[in-house]
Order: sequence, then structure tokens, then C-alpha cells
Amino acid sequence: MTMISHVLVANSLITAFAAVGILMWISGTISKYLTFGRIHGSAIAIMLGLALAFWGGLVTGGEKGVADLPALAGIALMGGAMLRDFAIVATAFEVDVVHARKAGLIGAVALGLGTVVPFILGVFVAAAFGYTDAESLTTIGAGAVTYIVGPVTGAAIGASSPVIALSIATGVFKAVIVMIGTPFVAKMIGLNNPRSAMVFGGLMGTVSGVSGGLAATDRRLVPYGALTATFHTGLGCLVAPSVLYFAVRAIIGG
Amino acid sequence: MTISGVALLSICTLLGVFLGDLLGVALGVKANVGGVGIAMMFLIAARLWLVRRGLLSHGLKTGVEFWGSFYIPIVVAMAAQQNVVAAAKGGPIVIIAGIGAVAVCFAMVALIGRFSGRVETMDEIEAREALEASVPHFKSGRIG
Repeated sequence: MTMISHVLVANSLITAFAAVGILMWISGTISKYLTFGRIHGSAIAIMLGLALAFWGGLVTGGEKGVADLPALAGIALMGGAMLRDFAIVATAFEVDVVHARKAGLIGAVALGLGTVVPFILGVFVAAAFGYTDAESLTTIGAGAVTYIVGPVTGAAIGASSPVIALSIATGVFKAVIVMIGTPFVAKMIGLNNPRSAMVFGGLMGTVSGVSGGLAATDRRLVPYGALTATFHTGLGCLVAPSVLYFAVRAIIGG
Repeated sequence: MTISGVALLSICTLLGVFLGDLLGVALGVKANVGGVGIAMMFLIAARLWLVRRGLLSHGLKTGVEFWGSFYIPIVVAMAAQQNVVAAAKGGPIVIIAGIGAVAVCFAMVALIGRFSGRVETMDEIEAREALEASVPHFKSGRIG
């Protein structure tokens, strides 16, 4: 037993490949026989992944889901920012320039709305829960944009640590709902063409949420969504601690 | 060669992320601004250039497309290492703000789609392209 775990730990990335492969194979089988293909195999795999992350967090008390288990530490490398960005860039090989260019302006509009609208909503929810200072309101609002914009903003304007944690949690929760929810609402919101995928990427923002959600909906849409989504976090980090913070401060008179 | 595709992808990624960092510094932001998006544009430009020169070899394509096809497993691994416990423990404010933000954005995707008119769906695009590929182009003056 110790020998097996030694092999798994020593080859952590290979172990991660095998583990994710098995997980996807199980998901494919569930999709085919239990849902009769109605729920995409990748959507089930992502949900199982999140469920395992919840379980891993409970068992280990760590912050990185199953990757905190020594045998599955390779999951952290495989699903980390480095390989994720590498694979997202690779999907650009399938982008049709003509379609991408057509959606250029509307994608930019979506980016702007995708930053301001969740921010305002987050500020209102924070206000409803009794926060009154501009720093906390702005930080929680920024968390509703993405889980990176939240802490970056909070650190920049000097929000308290529990508020920053709250803003991260809001952003992570948003990413999780986007991953799970997208395949279910895809038909309703017309998510079946490159342009709406670019609008979707700009509005939703969270790269993990968008890429997971689109992957579970239609693999061919991923590059278009990712193209706009990757600008979202940068834009949020730019405007949330500056323009949006000043706006909040001006309105509440702090 | 397969490695040339992987190397092309790596160079585009590194260049894009570097420029994204530079853009972040230039704008005074503590984050990478659109690095991956810039890298994607490099890769799109590189592919167009290679196609035009007739240099897009099978091996090069394999090198890039392997990583593109590896995308979903990577996303699954990413899901498996999220701090889901913290997200669930955050309480009602997290749930309300999270669900609210997503619901409003979903609605706006639908609205923007409605107002900007109908476009070809991915299935229609593929069907049309398959049709075009199967019909010989007599007008181009080329044979075969």
C-alpha cells in the first residue's frame, strides 16, 4: 500500500491525468446511460470535480480541494493557471477570424456591462446586509465581478480581511454557478453561435466559469468565450479600485 | 514536427502573458490585463500566416490541437481543486450576490442576442462549410 502511494506521489502529474481520465470516463457513462445524453458528459465531470473538491476540502481542511490529498497533488498542477492558460490559448487555433471580428464591438460592450452590472448588484446586496462603509461595499461588489477582482480591489483600497474573504467566496461561488448553470440555460439565452459566446464571455467574466460552462455546453464555443473573458479580470482590476470605488464613495458621501 | 506546434503555442502564450503584464504595469493595475487574449490573437495571426505560406504541416497542427483538445480535462482538474467549502460556507450574502450576478448576466446575454438580430448557429456554420467544401469551385479557375 505504501509502495502504491509512493508511486502515485512521485508521479503526481501522471496520477492526475489518470484520475481525471477515469472521472471523465465515469461521467461519459453516466451521461449516456442515466441521462440518455441529455446532460453533457463534461458538465457531469465538472460537477463531480466540484463535489470531489468539496469532499477534499472537508477531509483535509485545506483550500485546494482534492489537490490537498498528497496522492492527488498533481491535480493542482494540471488544473492550475499555467496549463489552463496554455490550453485556452491552444483553442484559438479553431477561431474563425471572420466571426470573431463581427462580434468585436458587441464583445466590448458586453465586457463593460459585465463589470459594472455585477458590481452594482454586489454593492446593493452588501448594503442590504448592513455594510455601510465604501471600502466594504466596493470590495464585495468587486467580488461579484470575479474572485480575483475582489481581493485585488480590497487590498488596494484597504478593506478588512473578513470582507476580502467574503468577496473571494462570492466570486468563487459565481464561477461555480456559471460552470454548472450554463448548460441548463444555454438554449434559453441563445448560446449557440460564436457571437453570443463572445458576449457571454464578456458578461460572465470569470475565466474558469466561462471556460467550464462553455465546455459543458458546446466545446466549439470555448475559444470565442475565452477570447473576451480573459480581458474581463484585467478590466475589473482596473476600474473597481479606481472609478467604481470613487463612485461608491461619492454616492454614500463617505 | 509536433514539437514545432507545441513550441509555437508556448511562444505565443509567453509573449501574450508578458505583454499582458506590461499592459497591467502601464495601467497601474496589479494584474495581467488580457494576457491570454493577446496570446490567442498571436496564435490566430500565426496560423493565418502559416496557411498563407503553405507551412502549416500536419505535425505542427497536431502539436497545437493536442493541447486544445486537452482543454476539458484541464477544466475538470481545475474544478476539482476549487475551494468549494469556503464558497459554501460564506453564507447568504455570498449566495445572494453570486446567484444574482449570474442571473442578471444570463438575462443580458439573452437580451443582447435578441436585440442584435439573428446570426448563424455553430451547427449551421459547420453545415454550410461542409457543403461548400463538397461543392467544387468552378469559378476559381483551378482544376481539382
